[in-house]
Amino acid sequence: MNLARYRFVLIRPLQLLPVLLGISIITFVLVRSIPGDPARVLLGARSTPDAIQKIRAQFGLDEPIWVQYLYFLKNLLNGDLGKSLLYKIDALPLIASRIEPTLMLVLGSVLLALLIAVPLAILAARHKGGWTDNLIRLFTTAGLGLPSFWLGLMLILLFSVHWGLLPVSGYGRTWADKLQHLVLPCLTIALALSAVLVRNLRASLLLEMQADHVTAARARGLGEGALLRRHILPNAIVPTINLLAVNIGWLISGTVVIESLFSLPGIGQLLVRGIFTRDYMVVQGVAMVLACATVAVNFIADVLTTALDPRVKIQ
Amino acid sequence: MSTPLLQVRELSVIARNDRREVTLVERLSFDLGQGEILGLVGESGSGKTLACRALMRLLPSPNLRIEGKSVHLAGHDLLQLDEAGMRRLRGRELGMIFQNPSSHLDPLMRIGEQIAEGIRLHQGASRREARAEAIDVLRQVGIPDPKSRVDNYPHEFSGGMRQRAMIAVALGCNPKVLIADEPTTALDVTVQAQILRLLLELRDRRGLSMILISHDLGVVAQTCDSIAVMYAGRLCEHGGKHELLAHPRHPYSAGLLACHPAQQPQARLMNSIAGQPPLLDALPSGCRFEPRCAQALPLCREQLPELHESGPGHRLACHTPLLAGGPS
Repeated sequence: MNLARYRFVLIRPLQLLPVLLGISIITFVLVRSIPGDPARVLLGARSTPDAIQKIRAQFGLDEPIWVQYLYFLKNLLNGDLGKSLLYKIDALPLIASRIEPTLMLVLGSVLLALLIAVPLAILAARHKGGWTDNLIRLFTTAGLGLPSFWLGLMLILLFSVHWGLLPVSGYGRTWADKLQHLVLPCLTIALALSAVLVRNLRASLLLEMQADHVTAARARGLGEGALLRRHILPNAIVPTINLLAVNIGWLISGTVVIESLFSLPGIGQLLVRGIFTRDYMVVQGVAMVLACATVAVNFIADVLTTALDPRVKIQ
Repeated sequence: MSTPLLQVRELSVIARNDRREVTLVERLSFDLGQGEILGLVGESGSGKTLACRALMRLLPSPNLRIEGKSVHLAGHDLLQLDEAGMRRLRGRELGMIFQNPSSHLDPLMRIGEQIAEGIRLHQGASRREARAEAIDVLRQVGIPDPKSRVDNYPHEFSGGMRQRAMIAVALGCNPKVLIADEPTTALDVTVQAQILRLLLELRDRRGLSMILISHDLGVVAQTCDSIAVMYAGRLCEHGGKHELLAHPRHPYSAGLLACHPAQQPQARLMNSIAGQPPLLDALPSGCRFEPRCAQALPLCREQLPELHESGPGHRLACHTPLLAGGPS
């Protein structure tokens, strides 16, 4: 094995630093330019000019913005994202406690999407132009066109309300319970995600089926099943993996709707509530976590592509 | 002479679009003996590649159809076999190598694994046996250091080595007949000679029969025992190499030979045959070469000449053949 091709594994994490610095500046400024004062939101009806002033001083909000940012950076180096204004606890453990549901949601959706997409794409490519292909095209068009909140509601209606098979919303305590709660939200995302994947994978399967090396393999007597497994699918899946990585990046920050719909206590919900209550520290922290996750997903995709395609050499 | 290894009788390939049918290869018949190398020569589009794809029953489009009397190989009639039966013969009886080795090797699979694939499929060998055999085959095709090269990927090979690797992949299945579709066209001249020498060596060592498709008469002259010339989907002359090269009887064969640069070392301009080959959907009713033929008679325009035995081991389809003594 040519280990030199994996050298980027050591260098890539360093590239995360400038990305995080940029993200932190942008969110820091943006979140503070939303109209509304966190102290006023926090105090609500009890707000007096005195109390507001006290809160602002307590959280350092009365300083100029660049001083606040330097404090933020200094605390960040100590692994401290600041205190949540709303929950009155450190933002870091707060965010950490919310990561699991979101992570499970994303992982489950991606797994489910692959389980749906790969067989469908193979079926569609094999019966190109036939009624199976048309039926699958109908599915992908629907999956791309239907808004996820509507699809989620319909699934709840069908599986939870009508048939009573699965819980309506929330997140359980035991693993079995949690998995039950994850089925519908994962399915909602997976239906849309698999539609994107089916289209892409079907196209690259059709391209590979015509490839010269497949003809050559057929000329040495391989059957259609072996051709698909050994030559067509491995070649066709590489571009789909990169598409999947882009979509996961988008998915991580896009789980907000699904988490709200299914009342999953994940990062997306935390972010939305943080924005509404002007909880600066939480919003900044979540943005940093999401940035890290997106970079990590692309990193994993690069490692996978390098492992699958011996010609790939990432600088 | 014993019965030939491969017997092709009246093999046709027909293309159909919405309304019309066009015959791309018409009633091709020939024999291939054990250890014989047959050169299939003709211009682009004359149907040589398609004819060989038809032998493998691997046509490049579902709009193409095979017709014919019979194709006998190893006790089977390939035209009567079902797809599963045909699949068992592909590779094992009838191997094929292609013009462009870079695109005909799977870029994601190690060379050794691609060779082992056929070995395991046809000989039921274990993974370990197949690997040992793959190394052996790589050595036979002249890859240096085959023990380490077996684990390389195609992109780590040079063009000539890729062609050797592709030959090794075909040889791994241990075929009786090897179809080589322009195996040297994509290679530079020095490598070309090496690959041709390798093919000859394999014939001598393994008794391998070959059909060598080429438009390069130089390649054919160096390698083949017999030559079949195709024009516009039909065989027009078929005979022993020496006789056909020295005394071509069909005006088209003679024309092809005259076009070869080596024939006219001092000529300023390259020779060419005037005119274009006919379109296959608008064929002349007589001889297909008649519009370009200097020897044409009125008969040639009216009647399509059939391929017939014109001498011992020589077949010809022409009303006005050149004299056996040489071009008139």
